[in-house]
Amino acid sequence: MLKSFKIGGVHPAENKLSASKAIEVLALPKTVFIPVGQHIGAPAEVVVKKGDKLLVGQLIAKTSGFVSANIHSSVSGTVKKVETGPDTSGYQKMGVYIDVEDDLWDEQIDRNNEIKSAITLDSAAILAKIQEAGIVGLGGATFPTHVKLIPPKGMKAEVLLINGVECEPYLTSDHRLMLEHGEELIIGIRLLMKAMNVNRAAIGIENNKPDAISEMIKLAYRHTNISVVPLRVKYPQGGEKQLIKAVTGREVPSGALPISVGAVVTNIATTFAVYEAVQKNKPLFERVVTVTGKSVKNPSNYKVRIGTTISELIEAAGGLPENCGKIINGGPMMGKAFANTEIPVTKGTSGILMMPEKESKRGETMPCIRCSRCVSVCPMGLEPYLLMTLSEKQIWESAENEKIMDCIECGSCSYTCPANRPLLDYIRLGKGKVGALMRSRKP
Amino acid sequence: MSKLFTISPSPHVHSGDSVNKIMYGVILALVPAFIWSVVMFGLDSVRVTLIAVAACVVFELLIQKFILKVKPQIADGSAALTGVLLAFNVPASVPSWMLIVGALVSIGIAKMPFGGLGNNPFNPALVGRVFMLISFPVQMTSWPVAGSFGVDAVTTATPLAILKEGVKNGQPVIEIFKNLPTNMDLLIGNMAGSLGEISALALIIGGLFMLVRKIITWHIPVSVMLSAAIFSGIFWLIDPAKFADPIFHLITGGLILGAFFMATDMVTSPMNPKAQIIFGAGIGILTILIRLWGAYPEGISFAILIMNAMVPLLNRYVKPKRFGEVNIQSTKG
Repeated sequence: MLKSFKIGGVHPAENKLSASKAIEVLALPKTVFIPVGQHIGAPAEVVVKKGDKLLVGQLIAKTSGFVSANIHSSVSGTVKKVETGPDTSGYQKMGVYIDVEDDLWDEQIDRNNEIKSAITLDSAAILAKIQEAGIVGLGGATFPTHVKLIPPKGMKAEVLLINGVECEPYLTSDHRLMLEHGEELIIGIRLLMKAMNVNRAAIGIENNKPDAISEMIKLAYRHTNISVVPLRVKYPQGGEKQLIKAVTGREVPSGALPISVGAVVTNIATTFAVYEAVQKNKPLFERVVTVTGKSVKNPSNYKVRIGTTISELIEAAGGLPENCGKIINGGPMMGKAFANTEIPVTKGTSGILMMPEKESKRGETMPCIRCSRCVSVCPMGLEPYLLMTLSEKQIWESAENEKIMDCIECGSCSYTCPANRPLLDYIRLGKGKVGALMRSRKP
Repeated sequence: MSKLFTISPSPHVHSGDSVNKIMYGVILALVPAFIWSVVMFGLDSVRVTLIAVAACVVFELLIQKFILKVKPQIADGSAALTGVLLAFNVPASVPSWMLIVGALVSIGIAKMPFGGLGNNPFNPALVGRVFMLISFPVQMTSWPVAGSFGVDAVTTATPLAILKEGVKNGQPVIEIFKNLPTNMDLLIGNMAGSLGEISALALIIGGLFMLVRKIITWHIPVSVMLSAAIFSGIFWLIDPAKFADPIFHLITGGLILGAFFMATDMVTSPMNPKAQIIFGAGIGILTILIRLWGAYPEGISFAILIMNAMVPLLNRYVKPKRFGEVNIQSTKG
């Protein structure tokens, strides 16, 4: 019996259309727009101005607080303007427009393809490199990685978990990274272990990627302290708390961080970025993005510079399908819908999913028939139907007591509801209100 | 960039399950029992079922259209299902007009005044059935003899009624059992009883279908049957001369129909497995209590309605196991 989390879960159609497509490098764009707030926390401060000449990898905005991250230029060329532009959230955000000229890299970046496995830096130096390179969680949450790696006072990291689950349907970028850059990933894991001073790491991979599992087992074989854990295919297996439960059996208490049970979770793409930053001196300015959808001509995985508009990715994959009714940033369970295609790829863009028109709209909402499917699929053991009602009726105290803040917004409840009720929409609304109430109570 | 895209919050995919699929799935699961009732009671089963379904659907339509003035939702299948279940809970010989009164109570009193689908606290079919039982006791307890095909003079008693009568007259159970069908007959459904309740086998086939299709979970049917078996088994072990064995209790009367199709009614049953097991156990025990000491020979309808009333309490005080609760408890202890 494969390991898994215990409570709830669903199994949406996997649709990993691009799983067999090797990562391709996308052609350089003509212009890029790089927002300076691509992470959770304070937006970075712009350090360039109109007319500046930039090299690939040059710092364009520097971290502006503890929870913040550096932003680097993904191209070489001239700063056209520093202005607001569209970002993935749909709002206008400050950023840097750059006209691309040539492809000249900062000479400190090691562009040699050779894999550098010797670890020469100490813990503090590795952390500094990670922070300098502007690495954030690339699974979509975009929490600055260096902050995650430094445990709060009185807590100690005991085990590093690498999230190779990729439980979102359609997405395959982490899968491809494991197949094509496994060796670098192992080095990245060793770097992270050294940075946090932990001596145990485990890579959790869902069992629908047997090739990635065997590849990682083969590579991790030489390292007795790195194990590979195949996991049952069940959504949200890649949820941080679910992954910790599945791999270690430990349950992160309600309201606490993973570090409270000694675990730190990093995803595959982030681990690869750590390797590149520390061993190759390469800041985070490009990432692998899955471009996919049932009607997409050529579902693919592209290595793409941050700031490239998604329309260029869509063109490369065969153009916007005639019947496309919705474009999603990320996977279908947790991704956000894009308003248009003139939006730049940011650090958190793991996939671009084009949904056919008929799958873009929700079905008609019916009365709740109290079937309790939402309760049985909730991976946090919550009662979504109740949380929705409490949010609808604005009974915030009860919503708090019913643990609304524990909701990880995985969407299993709405996915499952036979009456098509907007469960998660209301729970999100409630979380916002209850969260504000809780903060206002603190002295 | 002229094309407009849909913007909506996640999730962007859906399981494809729907209220209609669930309702029609349950109706489909009742087909084996319906076929058996036609074998036993002939066209009377067809008459009763059609009238009950038509009456429920029409009443719901009229109420939605003329009283509530909302868009009629009869296509969701819930009214039709109530009709089928009501039909299954009455003798095949019941006069049509009584059935229509029962349907009016089911839809017009037990369901729509509470807000329609999803809001009724009590199982509508059972409210209608119990109303009929109390209002028309003679017709509701006159059971046609199987194969007599509508000759309304020929009636008989159900095994449970024979047992109750015998025990009341002080006969030992072994003597009474000589007048009762064999266990095999009871299982297949060769006995007197309500239209749809007689064949335990056909109902179990339907129940398994619902389990496989994940329309229901095992918690309620298993806890109803297990608790009824254990509770009746205790008395049988104490005094086999006075009490019937648990197998008899399981396969007679409406216990199987109740366990798989009435108690599992989503709207009127609890919202998490723990509460569902308590709910089911309550139904099993109450059913046997009524059968052994109550005024009626059969008790599952009352047992389910009583436990329906407990559902809001169960939902309030019996909570599912929350993720991340363990550590909080361990610090307390």
